[in-house]
Amino acid sequence: MMSSSSSGSGKKFSVLVVDDDPVIQRIHRVFLDRFGFETQVVGNGKEAVDLFCSGASFHLVLMDWDMPIMDGPKATRELRRMGVRSMIVGMTSRDRDSEKQEFVRAGSDDCCSKPLTSNTVTSLLQQLHTKYH
Amino acid sequence: MDLVGQLQRQFVDYTTSLTREGFLDDQFKQLQKLQDESNPEFVVEVVSLFFEDSEKLLNDLASAFQQKIVDYKKVDAHVHQFKGSSSSIGAQRVKNVCVAFKTYCEARNFEGCSICLQSLEQEYHLVKSKLETLFKLEQQIMAAGGSVPEL
Repeated sequence: MMSSSSSGSGKKFSVLVVDDDPVIQRIHRVFLDRFGFETQVVGNGKEAVDLFCSGASFHLVLMDWDMPIMDGPKATRELRRMGVRSMIVGMTSRDRDSEKQEFVRAGSDDCCSKPLTSNTVTSLLQQLHTKYH
Repeated sequence: MDLVGQLQRQFVDYTTSLTREGFLDDQFKQLQKLQDESNPEFVVEVVSLFFEDSEKLLNDLASAFQQKIVDYKKVDAHVHQFKGSSSSIGAQRVKNVCVAFKTYCEARNFEGCSICLQSLEQEYHLVKSKLETLFKLEQQIMAAGGSVPEL
């Protein structure tokens, strides 16, 4: 059974998916919509930074590692430098501990493996409820 | 057993065999669970994106190996992307070849990489053919007035 992403007041959690792979973009959008998130998708780290610069805000950012123009760790560092306090979760490959370490050094709150699973999203929701309430 | 029943049985048996033979893993079932009335063509859409992505990657890989000096960093980036997308749709055998391919890339082993590229092309075309057969079976079930069984 899927938990809702709604807060106690009925407000939905918003998520920004940052990934250049159209397959992952599609899967994650439908997956997150199913859990009740308001989902937006961009194709690289620079687009994510530009979105925040334009005044957008998100409760959660799912940041891929390897993207053109600006990669995940660089975008994460830039967002933290800008003062963005959203929960940022690095999306890494299962066999790459080095990616996880670099994401944490860059300022991410957590890392998880691609693709998302129900258990991962449930865990993220619990963390979001704790952070925002 | 009526026609719908026969087709449904065929669908279940075929899907089971794809899992047993390692073509698809549990991730494919996760995608099927995401398909519903609001996203009725979700699996076909995602798999079609995978096919487009893969064909471009295979062309890029073939091109990289035709260069006088192979740029292993570029090859690794292509294989990494292929590994990610194949993993995300549950194409297990394709993903496994990508894992081996990355090891040969890191070692800058031309022969190993060439063998992996051939293997990747083979496994990709196999899984593509299997998935197209699966989708045809779904269409036949629906055309006969039945519903696609949940697994």
